[in-house]
Amino acid sequence: MAIITIPTPLRQYAAQQREVNVSGSTIDEALGSLTAQYPELRRHLYNDNGNMRNFVNVYLNDEDVRYLKKGNTTVAEGDTISIIPAIAGGSAVAAANIAERTADQSLSHDEILRYSRHLLVPEVAMDGQKKLKAASVLLIGAGGLGSPAALYLAAAGVGRIGIVDFDVVDSTNLQRQIIHSSEAIGTSKLASAKARIEGLNPYVKVETYETFLTSANALELFKDYDIIADGTDNFPTRYLVNDACVLLGKPNVYGSIFRFEGQASVFYAKEGPCYRCLYPEPPPPGLVPSCAEGGVLGVLPGTIGLIQATEAIKLILGIGEPLIGRLMLYDALSMRFRELKLRKDPDCPICGEHPTITALIDYQAFCGVTSADEGITEVDISPLELKERLDRGEDLMLLDVREPHEWDIAHLEGATLIPVNDITERAHELSTADDIVVYCKAGTRSARAVQQLQMLGFRKLHNLRGGINAWANQVDPTMPSY
Amino acid sequence: MAIKLSGELIKAIARHSEAAYPSECCGIMLGEDEGEQRRVVALLPQINQSEADEQYHRFLITPEMMLAAEKQARAQRLDVIGFYHSHPEDEARPSHFDREHAWPWYSYIVVRVRDRKYDKMASWRLDDDRSHFDEEDIIED
Repeated sequence: MAIITIPTPLRQYAAQQREVNVSGSTIDEALGSLTAQYPELRRHLYNDNGNMRNFVNVYLNDEDVRYLKKGNTTVAEGDTISIIPAIAGGSAVAAANIAERTADQSLSHDEILRYSRHLLVPEVAMDGQKKLKAASVLLIGAGGLGSPAALYLAAAGVGRIGIVDFDVVDSTNLQRQIIHSSEAIGTSKLASAKARIEGLNPYVKVETYETFLTSANALELFKDYDIIADGTDNFPTRYLVNDACVLLGKPNVYGSIFRFEGQASVFYAKEGPCYRCLYPEPPPPGLVPSCAEGGVLGVLPGTIGLIQATEAIKLILGIGEPLIGRLMLYDALSMRFRELKLRKDPDCPICGEHPTITALIDYQAFCGVTSADEGITEVDISPLELKERLDRGEDLMLLDVREPHEWDIAHLEGATLIPVNDITERAHELSTADDIVVYCKAGTRSARAVQQLQMLGFRKLHNLRGGINAWANQVDPTMPSY
Repeated sequence: MAIKLSGELIKAIARHSEAAYPSECCGIMLGEDEGEQRRVVALLPQINQSEADEQYHRFLITPEMMLAAEKQARAQRLDVIGFYHSHPEDEARPSHFDREHAWPWYSYIVVRVRDRKYDKMASWRLDDDRSHFDEEDIIED
């Protein structure tokens, strides 16, 4: 028989006793005996995985059992076992950093009027509005997610907004990227976004970076911002944003979208898990389609982008419960939000206890991405070359690997439709003797189909560079691109 | 829910928070719990054991310090009823980090320090399901 002393907060779960007699010859057995007598204690001592909570310590007489034999430490008759919490805490870092700069801020009469509805909210008020003015947020991408986030952050009075993008506005963007107007088609997304934000709120300083985000420039771009909002649609950039944020100790307000579903979280390694704790490895290239490939309901990025903006504002103000350690899942069709708990992975290669990643890496290689120009050049065929060869009467088999609803928009005459996900199953419908030209919308899925067919032994394969959209642009102007 | 402290003890916490600025201060509160109300009888100010360059936003009281405080409490027929710590240039409310590292029942007094001066304090208790803190009244007696 040994005695376990119960700390005051846990006595309510142990019939108000200060001490409980337990049986067992080891620490594990003694604790087992305790929780068998008082099952409610379990939740406060162990996490959902059954491991002892990391701030709970067990002492045998005066010694921490971690330095003895942990759970296997022998317990003798008359020993005293103590359950002792380590008490830790601290302030919200992002808010604390911003608060330091609010002393220099003041609001003009015009700003006070503009932000009047914020100033009436006790949790925001003058203090909070000054924090917003002192704060800076960097948006990665001025697309579906970046558009609504930028507009609302600017309207809310975030003092400095940076945007990284290199794209030009095209008409397919306008279905959801509400920061851009029809007149902006063909012009730079950054110029369009900057003009719109400045029209909305002249007190916001907009900084634009017309560049690809890379391992070479990410740390330099991020370092002068309080919060980074990731609105990208590809895995290499997502891992790059995560790693740069972890290395710089900045919160990454994350959002992603596909068709009718979205996800959002705040990855902030100082206070919780990072993106790598959730997804240690990227999915195989091509497995998860982007919006350009799979499509997206236009209003969806509005919902997710505004969750990102909300979380950024909460972090700046230091109010509420941030979406740290939680992954919000949104399904527009069923109109349901679900929440998954995320845990910090102690073995995480970048934010774990023994990090193996201490600098930015080659994210394209990490995600196994080869661009259409790399690796498969020998099988590439341009739309004009294909046209010439068809005109010459060459016997080419045209294989369309898109989805049936895309086939209905436009397809090449005489083509056969096998969606890319069915290729392996339906490869028997094809002949290795044929010269096969594979195409999709823009060339990514067809590249994947080519790889799969190569693995099955097909050799006479060609990938239509730029897909059917390039064909429409270069060969057949009567065909719609989408 | 309410927690009672004498004016002396409130001043002592305020002084500690200013002395530790720009780092966070921390301490253990001994007292008596009478159900709805509890009373702080003594403070055990602690030296913040978190990493030196993290102390502006972190505090740590080690289990050894807790063990010693528990013993001292028992000797005086008191209980450890909670903890206080400061948030330099931040709000007098618990952070997400605080919640991850807290237990129900204890009182957590958080002190806001602005421009090096004590500004205000508030006391909080973690909900039983660990989801949020509820504020409790601080009564000066």
